[in-house]
Amino acid sequence: MTVPTAAASAAGRVATEPQAALLSVGNLRVAFGGREVVKGISFDAYPGRCLAIVGESGSGKSVTARTLVGLTGAGSHVAADRIELDGLDLATRSERSWRAIRGRDIGFVLQDALVSLDQLRRVGDEVAEPLRVHHRGTRASRRSRAIELLEAVGVPEPSVKARQRPYELSGGLRQRALIASAIALDPRVLIADEPTTALDVTVQAQVLDLLAESKSRGTAIIMISHDLSVVARLADEVAVMREGEIVEHGPVDEVLYRPVHEYTKALLDAIPSEHTRGTRLVRGTSAPRRTRRPIDADRPLLSARHLSKVYRGPDRVDRTVVDDVSFELFAGETLGIVGESGSGKTTTAGIALALIPPTAGEVDLDGSAWTSLTPGRRRPIRKRIGVVYQDPLSSFDPRWTVGRILVDALAKGKRPPSSRAEARDRVVRLLEQVGLTAQHLEDAPLRLSGGQRQRVAIARALAPEPEVLVCDEPVSALDVSIQAQVLDLLTDLQDELGVSYLFISHDLGVIHHMSDRILVMKDGRVVESGDADAVFRNPQHPYTQRLLTALPRLARA
Amino acid sequence: MTAIALPYRAALRLRPATVVSVLVVAVLVVALIAPGLLTTRDPNAIDLQSTLLSPSWSHWFGTDDAGRDLYTRVVYGTRESFGIGLGATALAMVIAIVLGFVAGLARGFVDTVLSRILDVAFAFPVLLLALLLIAIRGPSLGTVIVAVGIGSAPGYARMVRGQVLHVRQAGYIQASHALGHTRWAVIRQHLFPNAMRPLVAMMTLGIGQSIVWASGLAFLGLGVAPPSPEWGALLDAGRAAITTSPWLEILPGLVIVVATLALTSLGRTLQHRLEGAAR
Amino acid sequence: MTTAVLPRALSVPSWVRTARGALLKIATAAIVLVAAASITFFAQLLVPGDRATAILNQQTGRAQQYTTAELAPVNAQFGFDRPLISQYLDYVTGLFRGDLGTSYTQHRPVTEIIGDQIGPSLVLTAAALVTAWVLAVGITLLTVKRRRAVSALGSTWEALTASLPPYWIGVVLLVVFAVQLRIFPVIGETSARGTVLPVLTLAIPLAGFLGQVTRDEFEKVLDQPFITTARTRGMSDTAVRLRHALRHSVVPAITLSGWALGALLSGAVIAENVFGRPGIGQVLVTAVNTRDVPTVSGIVLVVAGVYVIANLVVDLAYTVVDPRLRAS
Repeated sequence: MTVPTAAASAAGRVATEPQAALLSVGNLRVAFGGREVVKGISFDAYPGRCLAIVGESGSGKSVTARTLVGLTGAGSHVAADRIELDGLDLATRSERSWRAIRGRDIGFVLQDALVSLDQLRRVGDEVAEPLRVHHRGTRASRRSRAIELLEAVGVPEPSVKARQRPYELSGGLRQRALIASAIALDPRVLIADEPTTALDVTVQAQVLDLLAESKSRGTAIIMISHDLSVVARLADEVAVMREGEIVEHGPVDEVLYRPVHEYTKALLDAIPSEHTRGTRLVRGTSAPRRTRRPIDADRPLLSARHLSKVYRGPDRVDRTVVDDVSFELFAGETLGIVGESGSGKTTTAGIALALIPPTAGEVDLDGSAWTSLTPGRRRPIRKRIGVVYQDPLSSFDPRWTVGRILVDALAKGKRPPSSRAEARDRVVRLLEQVGLTAQHLEDAPLRLSGGQRQRVAIARALAPEPEVLVCDEPVSALDVSIQAQVLDLLTDLQDELGVSYLFISHDLGVIHHMSDRILVMKDGRVVESGDADAVFRNPQHPYTQRLLTALPRLARA
Repeated sequence: MTAIALPYRAALRLRPATVVSVLVVAVLVVALIAPGLLTTRDPNAIDLQSTLLSPSWSHWFGTDDAGRDLYTRVVYGTRESFGIGLGATALAMVIAIVLGFVAGLARGFVDTVLSRILDVAFAFPVLLLALLLIAIRGPSLGTVIVAVGIGSAPGYARMVRGQVLHVRQAGYIQASHALGHTRWAVIRQHLFPNAMRPLVAMMTLGIGQSIVWASGLAFLGLGVAPPSPEWGALLDAGRAAITTSPWLEILPGLVIVVATLALTSLGRTLQHRLEGAAR
Repeated sequence: MTTAVLPRALSVPSWVRTARGALLKIATAAIVLVAAASITFFAQLLVPGDRATAILNQQTGRAQQYTTAELAPVNAQFGFDRPLISQYLDYVTGLFRGDLGTSYTQHRPVTEIIGDQIGPSLVLTAAALVTAWVLAVGITLLTVKRRRAVSALGSTWEALTASLPPYWIGVVLLVVFAVQLRIFPVIGETSARGTVLPVLTLAIPLAGFLGQVTRDEFEKVLDQPFITTARTRGMSDTAVRLRHALRHSVVPAITLSGWALGALLSGAVIAENVFGRPGIGQVLVTAVNTRDVPTVSGIVLVVAGVYVIANLVVDLAYTVVDPRLRAS
């Protein structure tokens, strides 16, 4: 294996880091039924330091993490020259002796506490479970220890929360409880597998702070993540994994700011941010955008006035999801809507598409009535506005092929094809426009990769030749390199066709990269709006300021 | 960690249970179409010289109190048993699809009322509802089919309704609306065909169940009556001699069990495959 | 589309909502029963020919026509001479007074006939439900996600037993254990020994069915992240199964138990018939044979009532097991 900086950084580390490794892994190989998913990787973890293992899906990073607690899973084959915890050999352990180590010497935090904590048990019992499993204290002492732990991770009213169940807590508190449970026995090593994924950016920052605190108390942390900018905030050392191998490994400043390996460079380039505006994200194509069609600020294609949406819950309590939202989307422009979960951005998108009727307010399309029309009168002009969803697969009928999906969309467009031959030609042209080929015509969407599916979804949205495209979290489910391709595609299409985007995302980097103007939403209201650069560089509203401080980002050299 | 892309199910993995089920169903189909291929005897030939013989090489399933060959009678009874199973299931499905779709597509008041009615109908166990109908109309082949069909319809209707509600939530339904298709076009193009996907599997399971219900009625002496070779009727006929000639009861019962198991297993396999493909 | 919502000033206290929910459920149950009664009432009108004639023919064992004078006392006794609407109202309100009409053949109130016979049937059904649960949970816990051979054995057993018709199991048990081995009595008794075989007859297929449902859920639950979390705390496999997975995986089977109780009661009809055991099943079969529609309707209604009550209990049970369901 050739790891460009491994030797150099290892040497440097020995010089600056005289301490012995707490957890040491040498030449780890993991295979599932003959298919090797981890192909001989080595790394060490030191007390009070954080090693981040970064990679995209399928890189083998999570399998590696599970292997470190002996939970690789059924049907797996693990081989290693060395897995040592403080000199103790773990590679040849029996299940029984693994159990003594799990929770006591090595703590483990998974992503998304909503599914990683037992929803039917009380938070306090979940937190105290490692104590019970390892026979520490009495029932009563464990209960009070659980409350102490909850308090230590910053859960307010810990004795009340301990009696509640995980689903009754907010996402941030849940994740804290999960961490409290992992550190209950003060393990020397803490493995965190995507601990902040699926969390809002402000909560994400709090969880990272919590892990940093643990690190400062001398815990060795191994963090698994797909997100290089999250890693930057906590890690001392980074290992980049691809297809089961570590391609680059070194101190965080080296790997993130002076990467040597092509893959690391591509990954870093693919991260959208304020610096990437107006450039392409896919490495090697980082030319500035083509000449862009001018924005026609006199022609608002969508204009929303005082939208609000109230839902009545089953308990007959009204909840205002969208509250007095107004905006205009001009021809050729990208308007970004950013907000955390529950901010009402998706509902706003649904209203703009006239798929969700607003409780009050209305949206006009190119100067004439749109949401206030009856469904029947709206249908003929639907072709002027299209949509791309977050999850393309569920938006395709599982029985239909790519070709049929696109023909169906063409038929509802401005220029329905007049013959089968014409339909086929135009479908092929659409596929080529989004970077696919005619060979995908007969494929079921299920057979395509995530990125290909999103390309088909974009092709379908473009088929009727709309002037407005509503993109609702279009890249949130994609790996960063695929995300970069799809974002590049969207900007190219805008340059080529002059289509306007209403672009919804929770990701501030993506929003900044894509948008001309942005709306920041919180609790159903627009708290700040304006030119993207202006808002990002000089946020006025305290909430926007908080969001931006919480945003983990890479300082560019 | 994010989901690893599932390899496309290129080939249908044939489990041994599936192979056996297919074989059993194949034999049943032969018995259904051409019972003469499976036996050379006459199902109604009375032979008072050889009554109540236990199973042997010449009489695989033994003989009954009139000396009739039980195996032959079982083979010839297939047609009637399956006729009842198919008829009852078809009737149940028609009722279920209509009610299930109306309840699933309707909103508000109509949905509430229909769902309540389905709940009420579901509150009647199949057998009891069937018995009520038989008490009113008197036992006959037609009554049994109608009774079992109506009896099992509410259960299927609830399944269809659930399926409709599930598909109604699907992303492609909204995507189709967003393209400007009418409500009716969306129902026709996407909702109906996708909600109907599990139906083949449900039918297969249903036929087996209907045969069991119908033979249960016959066993109680309230279904198809002897001397018909319908499987339930054979059970009814054999009850008198249960302590002395238990094979008259056990073997036809075993045939019902094997037939039902094969149909159920096939239905489940279909169900799993469809679920796999729908994801 | 996600519609994450923001609760604003939840002013209604939780106990009010709970009470309202409970009242709603009881009201729904009452409506279901009234609807069921309506169905059986109109079903009685579907009897071909004149009902009074049918009753007289049943009594005398003949098939003939009677004069109006001959029919009058029968019509008066059963209230056939009153307007349909008042017969209907009488029948439905009778439901709440414990009056299910009068038997055509025994000339006794149906409630009395059922009351005399329902005891052994309820014992049989309850015992079968408990036995089925013990069997299902036991077998699932022992065999789910173990070595391949063990798991396959468990799931095959469940698939096999779930599709066994009760009359056939009954006959096999009877032949093997009563006739051949003589361990249990052949002819029905309501003693504990006489109850064993009928209970098994009902419990074995139900255990297979509940086991299948529980196994499917158990397999899904064991793949959940919170199970991995429990394992990373150093928990043993057995403890993970008992403390975490079991509670999650019984929820669907509990939901089905209300339905199962209805199915068991109808299975009891067959089991009682096989073993010649006294109970509601015998009454029902006789009543169907003699076309005694009020008695059949009455039994159907009682079973529907048991089903409705069982479902109320089930609603309660699964909110205890899974408090999340209380909210919705």
